[in-house]
Amino acid sequence: MKNNVDRDLPEDVMADLNYQPFKTTEIGHPEIQRVAPKVHVSTGDDKVVTDIKQVVKDTLQDGMTISFHHHFRNGDFVFNKVMREIIDGGYKDLTLAPSSLTGVMNDMVIEAIKAGTITHITSSGMRGSLGDFVSHGGLKNPVIFRSHGNRARAIEHGDIKIDVAFLGVPNADALGNANGMEGDAVFGSLGYALMDAQYANKVVLLTDNIVSYPNTPASIKQTQVDYVVKVDKVGDPDKIGSGATRFTKDPKELKIASTVNDVIVNSPYFKDGFSFQTGSGGAALAVTRYLRQAMIDNHIKASFALGGITKPTTDLLNEGLVDKVMDVQDFDKGAAESMHTNKNQQEIDASWYADPDNKGAMVDQLDVVILSALEIDTKFNVNVMSGSDGVIRGAIGGHQDAATAKLTIISAPLVRGRIATVVPDVTTIVTPGDSVDVLVTEYGIAINPKRKDLQEALGNLPGVPVYTISELQQLAEKKVGQPKPLEFTDRTVAMIEYRDGSIIDTIKEVKD
Amino acid sequence: MEIKDTAVAGTLESSDIQIMISKATDGIQIELKSDVEKQFGDQIRHVITATLNALGVQAAKVKAVDKGALDCVIKARTIAAAQRASETTATPAWEVL
Amino acid sequence: MADNEERLRRTMMFVPGNNPAMVKDAGIYGADSIMFDLEDSVSMAEKDAARILVYEALQTQDYGDAELVVRVNGQDTQYYANDVKAMVKAGIDVIRLPKAESADMVKQLEADILAAEKEFGRQEGSTHLMAAIESAKGVLNAPQIAAASDRMIGIALSAEDYTTDMKTHRYPDGVELEFARNMVLHAARAAGVAAFDTVFTNMDDTEGFYRETEYIHQLGFDGKSLVNPRQIAMVNKVYEPSKKEVANAKNVINAIEEARLKGSGVISMNGQMVDRPVVLRAQRVMRLAKASNLVDEEGNYLEK
Repeated sequence: MKNNVDRDLPEDVMADLNYQPFKTTEIGHPEIQRVAPKVHVSTGDDKVVTDIKQVVKDTLQDGMTISFHHHFRNGDFVFNKVMREIIDGGYKDLTLAPSSLTGVMNDMVIEAIKAGTITHITSSGMRGSLGDFVSHGGLKNPVIFRSHGNRARAIEHGDIKIDVAFLGVPNADALGNANGMEGDAVFGSLGYALMDAQYANKVVLLTDNIVSYPNTPASIKQTQVDYVVKVDKVGDPDKIGSGATRFTKDPKELKIASTVNDVIVNSPYFKDGFSFQTGSGGAALAVTRYLRQAMIDNHIKASFALGGITKPTTDLLNEGLVDKVMDVQDFDKGAAESMHTNKNQQEIDASWYADPDNKGAMVDQLDVVILSALEIDTKFNVNVMSGSDGVIRGAIGGHQDAATAKLTIISAPLVRGRIATVVPDVTTIVTPGDSVDVLVTEYGIAINPKRKDLQEALGNLPGVPVYTISELQQLAEKKVGQPKPLEFTDRTVAMIEYRDGSIIDTIKEVKD
Repeated sequence: MEIKDTAVAGTLESSDIQIMISKATDGIQIELKSDVEKQFGDQIRHVITATLNALGVQAAKVKAVDKGALDCVIKARTIAAAQRASETTATPAWEVL
Repeated sequence: MADNEERLRRTMMFVPGNNPAMVKDAGIYGADSIMFDLEDSVSMAEKDAARILVYEALQTQDYGDAELVVRVNGQDTQYYANDVKAMVKAGIDVIRLPKAESADMVKQLEADILAAEKEFGRQEGSTHLMAAIESAKGVLNAPQIAAASDRMIGIALSAEDYTTDMKTHRYPDGVELEFARNMVLHAARAAGVAAFDTVFTNMDDTEGFYRETEYIHQLGFDGKSLVNPRQIAMVNKVYEPSKKEVANAKNVINAIEEARLKGSGVISMNGQMVDRPVVLRAQRVMRLAKASNLVDEEGNYLEK
């Protein structure tokens, strides 16, 4: 069976998991029935405990679905603490459904898979040893990859039915009122974890900082929380985000960033009250810096900045160049601290941010987004999931969701080392070319032929050569040569959902 | 060109390839380590072999550690290593460049 | 003097010759000239490897419209002869001689280039050359050096070695370079070749870089040697003509065209004769305006 982006999908797996092939980026106006969690009624007076093992024993059974958030990123202590108890408790056949998996969790996940503790995974992404393990067939059932918005959708639909959510927080009171802004291990917005808190049958908070009741502002509320577990440390503040944001000095990244800025400024969307999402990473931060200057020079202010937030973005807020920051996660300490002090930096949950089955998500209002790519093909399809060797090493994040913006810019070097970024066909389609408008490389830009208006607006910018995407692909191939095709077995190791829950692509086991 | 010593050219920096050439008796043997082995391993071996053949090297042991080098870099490092190993650095084989 | 009229040489970007990543990407930054370095940025042990690397890159990589320059090792080194041969064979546009102190050194290079052109079947005279002035002796002999060869395209001041030779070092205000800059510039202009100012190495001092670039622009240098691609946009900004300058130049160009159509030898504008220096300046302003993306192909000013 083939879907509308021409990917062959395995009939048996599709049938087993009751999946539909991807058809279109249009969501339409279906009527959706959302689910609600079970509530174990209590007055809340005895929520505080210190023994994780006991909490696991009281809440968990074989075959259940457990969840975590990834706001601590590589500074996370909570995941490994809890998983240790679960593995040692001999639990089997669990579904792991975190918002994403970071490198610090890899060893524990692999151990849990080998022990039979975890048999199913759904996540935004995975990297490093875990990606390698799964790509080599280490997990029997295919991993389900979902974007942040799609995870929210799947939770609301009951596609992901979380039995127990283990959520680390830098502070909580005895009843479970908590936020991400105060304490040693602050990370700012709790955006992804708010879904788990709202929809899980059992919510277990873990914190190293129990504060007096009632704790405000409360992002997670006592009405949602079953247990508050006191632990030594929830995270390593130095590894949660980059301490100080450093702008790239790489001349190639700067060149790309400056061209991205040219594209934005000369697009029809760059006008007073526009909105944007830039994400993290060296080039994205540089874009924010160029954009700041362009906004000052042209007397233009943005109505909001969206998504994962960095300090350069909150600086724009403080300078008055941006009215509101709509914040689903914070990539650095500066952005996390700013949420605390600036009332115009609003914490939003993943549903509000990007869930397509909604009464309007923030991404639907977004004008401009800058996204990255491991690969982009001549149909403008983007891969942010598998490396050039076919191995899983990425995350969808908000890529599919934010790509619904009015102007979606992919910023990527034409080649990385000997690997072409612009290719005839991406290894894995994550975001369909239909939602991508402009590719910016260090050599020039390519505009999606569907966007005649942008061809008109951007076709003749001084100093910005315009190519067709095929020309860029050929230029890349001329530089690096033609790679030997990757070899895969027939076995499906991962399914890539589009944000509406249909299947846009699959990942096969690599053949070594 | 005759390989007399063991010699190295190139670095382990990104986009470079380090090539070590030493004496051998029988043909050209290549031991390659590359991040892009799957996609470009054969091509890298081909460039090294073709370059050595052009230099008239009949027998050599080659250890190559590739960091995503383009063909022109692979060729350059192979020539440099071969000239060093054959002690002909001061009198380059102009026709092969 | 080689064909100097048409080319802008605002930016000459140094690229360490033994660094494959930098060598392969050198073309993407829009430098007017790219200077691959075989000399100071390459250690003794890697001279051969750098020479071969640059040679192979020149055969295969696309550097667009940039003028391609190679700085060879000095004439007193064992690497010089093979550097020159390899680069002539590679078909380089310009060979840059470091530490030039006399016209004889330039003549020697010219002879070596000619011999290599013959040996490798390159068109005789196709390889240009330039000289870097790096000592007191070089500065005093600059007029002879600049005029020493028909292949000469320009001379450059190299301040690091020069200030050492002068028993000083570089200061932020550049007073120690005042004489040398003026000598090099006058020598270049008298010989009808380009003049390149020295590098500015502190990448964190943007203000200082602009100050120095504005200063050498005012003196009349063609451009500046650069150590980092990030400096290219800054130099180009300094060399960007104003809207008024472009309008004036456009008028002069129009007057030339009018005179040509009328078959008149005399160019006049607003009833006044336009003399040659005005014409030359107008042509240079239009070239700069085009390179700075200020005008379209027909020379019409583009509003930003």
